[in-house]
Amino acid sequence: MNDRLLDFAIRYGFLILLAGLIVYFSLAAPGFFGPLSAAFVLQSVAITGILALGVTCTLVVGGFDLSIGAVATSALMLSAYSMVILEHPTVVAVFLCLGMGALVGFINGILIVKFRVPDLLATLGMMFLLIGLQRIPTQGNSIATGMTLADGTVAEGTFSAAFLWLGRHRFDVVIDRLLPMPVVIFVAIAVVIWLFLGFTRHGRLMYAIGSNERAAALVGTPVNRYKIAAYMISGVTASIGGILLAARLGRGDIASGNNLLLDSVAAALIGFAVLGAARPNAFGTAIGALFVGILLQGMTMMNAPYYTQDFVKGAVLVAALVFTFYLSSRRSGTGH
Amino acid sequence: MANHALKVNGLEKSFGKNYVLRGIDVTLEPGSVTVLMGANGAGKSTLVKVICGHHRADAGTMMLAGAAFAPEDAADSIRQGVVTVHQSIDDGVIPDLDVANNLMLDRLVERGNGLFVRERQLRDEAAKVASAMGIDVNLRARVSDLSVADRQMIAIARAMARAPKVLILDEPTSSLSATEADRLFALIDRLREQGVAILYISHRMSDIRRIADRIIVMRDGAISGSFDTKPLDYEAAVTAMLGHRMTEVDVAVESGSEPVLELSNLTLFPNAAPINLQARDGEVVALVGLLGSGKSRLAEILFGMARAVGGTMRINGADYTPSSVEDAVSQGVYMSPKDRGTNAVIPAFDIADNMTLPFLKGLSVGSFLNARRQRNLSQEMVNELGIVCQSVSDGIGTLSGGNQQKVMIARWLLEPAQVLLLDEPFQGVDIGARRDIGRHIRGTAQGRATLVFLAEIDEALEIADRIVVMNEGAIVGEHTNQNVDLAALVADISGAKSTQTGTYS
Repeated sequence: MNDRLLDFAIRYGFLILLAGLIVYFSLAAPGFFGPLSAAFVLQSVAITGILALGVTCTLVVGGFDLSIGAVATSALMLSAYSMVILEHPTVVAVFLCLGMGALVGFINGILIVKFRVPDLLATLGMMFLLIGLQRIPTQGNSIATGMTLADGTVAEGTFSAAFLWLGRHRFDVVIDRLLPMPVVIFVAIAVVIWLFLGFTRHGRLMYAIGSNERAAALVGTPVNRYKIAAYMISGVTASIGGILLAARLGRGDIASGNNLLLDSVAAALIGFAVLGAARPNAFGTAIGALFVGILLQGMTMMNAPYYTQDFVKGAVLVAALVFTFYLSSRRSGTGH
Repeated sequence: MANHALKVNGLEKSFGKNYVLRGIDVTLEPGSVTVLMGANGAGKSTLVKVICGHHRADAGTMMLAGAAFAPEDAADSIRQGVVTVHQSIDDGVIPDLDVANNLMLDRLVERGNGLFVRERQLRDEAAKVASAMGIDVNLRARVSDLSVADRQMIAIARAMARAPKVLILDEPTSSLSATEADRLFALIDRLREQGVAILYISHRMSDIRRIADRIIVMRDGAISGSFDTKPLDYEAAVTAMLGHRMTEVDVAVESGSEPVLELSNLTLFPNAAPINLQARDGEVVALVGLLGSGKSRLAEILFGMARAVGGTMRINGADYTPSSVEDAVSQGVYMSPKDRGTNAVIPAFDIADNMTLPFLKGLSVGSFLNARRQRNLSQEMVNELGIVCQSVSDGIGTLSGGNQQKVMIARWLLEPAQVLLLDEPFQGVDIGARRDIGRHIRGTAQGRATLVFLAEIDEALEIADRIVVMNEGAIVGEHTNQNVDLAALVADISGAKSTQTGTYS
């Protein structure tokens, strides 16, 4: 009986906690329960969530990608540079960013697979490189229409309406102009990654690599190709996050996106605890991102000061990790 | 009794329900090299670990030079004069320090030597130690830049700096070349003259011939043979080590039909004799040999993990040169590797996912897996092989070793193979599961050539139509599994006929 209780707690504990949280805030904070508030929560987690889904793929193959935050801000700066300074059309800007993300992921993969650099170090190096690189073309300045360039000319390009639509459009659901575009993209990516990791043979092989790389290789899995693919997925999703951020802000703000890396990694790790998976999974990652978003929204509405936010996120993360690793190890210990 | 260096009496040790040592009696004499032989899992390393203080014995006594000896821990054992050089050399040296510092390392650890290192004194003493041991290397060289043999020498020299009564060497030549091994043997001769009692653990017959004064053999946690009258009876020692109780399994020998796999002049190592071998459709061929005989190498080459030095391989008459594991699998060559924990089991997966892993492509529509077909197929195999489980969604970790191994073998029986390679398929498997696996392999043998790589003779007698013996990277004997002349088989395995080719794996 005790075992079954433990099993139930591991499986549904986190979801029950999430439901409890929603009920509590709905009662305690007037205005929390409603479509506007829900849309706001979703909006606040969409970009973090997209990055978290990418890092989930690298966690699945037993790796880690520290460069996602830097890829996102690089995509932000690149899209601004492309549209404002080079005056490219929307499509070109978007594909430049996606290509950049894929290329960075590919280089990460090559560093890890061919040059045998440990994943954390390779992506840490890439993170530094990108943070530096994105400042060089503009001498460290943010990019906005009308800015004066190094050669004295004035940047005349603008963010096109189509590009801004990606970040600012709201669909009419229940209420007019409720659901923001980034949320729709977040949900779409979550579904795609969920299907890919959970239900395709490629996803299954990626989990096999993460669990026992040598055994996966000895059944003929092209381990290196899958690892590189995982980092490329991570790079592309991070660049999507950066594009959406740029489209929302409408300028190439050098200082945005500082928290992206930590928040998204936290969401992916919290995801381990959802449904007792004890491993990276897309559904868990999405729920993890939502959990943090709901908690912060509720606290904000109850007038908790903004500077307590990181503390709360940290506490949730540590609790989720204990949940995952301690309880699950007890379960597998008694599972015989 | 004082003339014994070490006397071990009735030593017992168990880990949980697993009895590893069942009453071991061993004596080591000063100035004599005692070779300890035993197959994997015979209990050699546990015995060594008890003697050098890593484990406590459950029962039994040890006497060191006539005094009771019960080491508290490894350090205590060393202090009392029992020094062990372990198999992995790099445990015995600090790669980033130079030779002199390595030789004097134990001096640096002692208290009361002052805070600062006296460089010149240290080098002088190191030079003395080195010359006493006949080591001729630059004392300022970094150990990581030295050859494996030199590192091994330094590890032994470090051990000798404590003037031990008993020196234990655990497979010291496993990574040495023949000439490097000769230098090690010269050093051992010197130590023997100095009156050290040496316990030398090895499988390698050429080593044993060179240095053994006595041989003791372990099997299943007990001493199964002890040989101390010269000339030593090496074949009897190998027999005692492998054991070949006749098994109840009767094999109806198949000679097979068409040749499937043909190896012509395949050379496994530089300087090894080339291999010629045919494996026919429907035939199960066992390749037996001691550790380092080259059978693992042959398996790796066949499965695309390594390249042969020379020669050709053909499958059904077509050239076969696999560039990778993926390539080998796509050409119908499947291998169930040894050490399933490291090489085969995906601990995070359930039985169905583990079993179907190599053939997910055939079980998906587009890229999407057909979970029902995956489960049905696994369930069929579970029934056929008698895998004991609640359902195919059980985690692989919930199964016993034998059942896990059945899953790993079943993995490669899902699709028809041209050549099926099984490397140590009975490793860590109880007798019941072993019979099930053997019966199933033989039952499904039609339509492919099956090669089974084994160290134990009785396992080969149980499963094979033909037994091919390997030694030093070459084939040294072949026996049809019918009224096998066991004496000749054992002689082949121990390398009685083989000539020294000068290669080690």
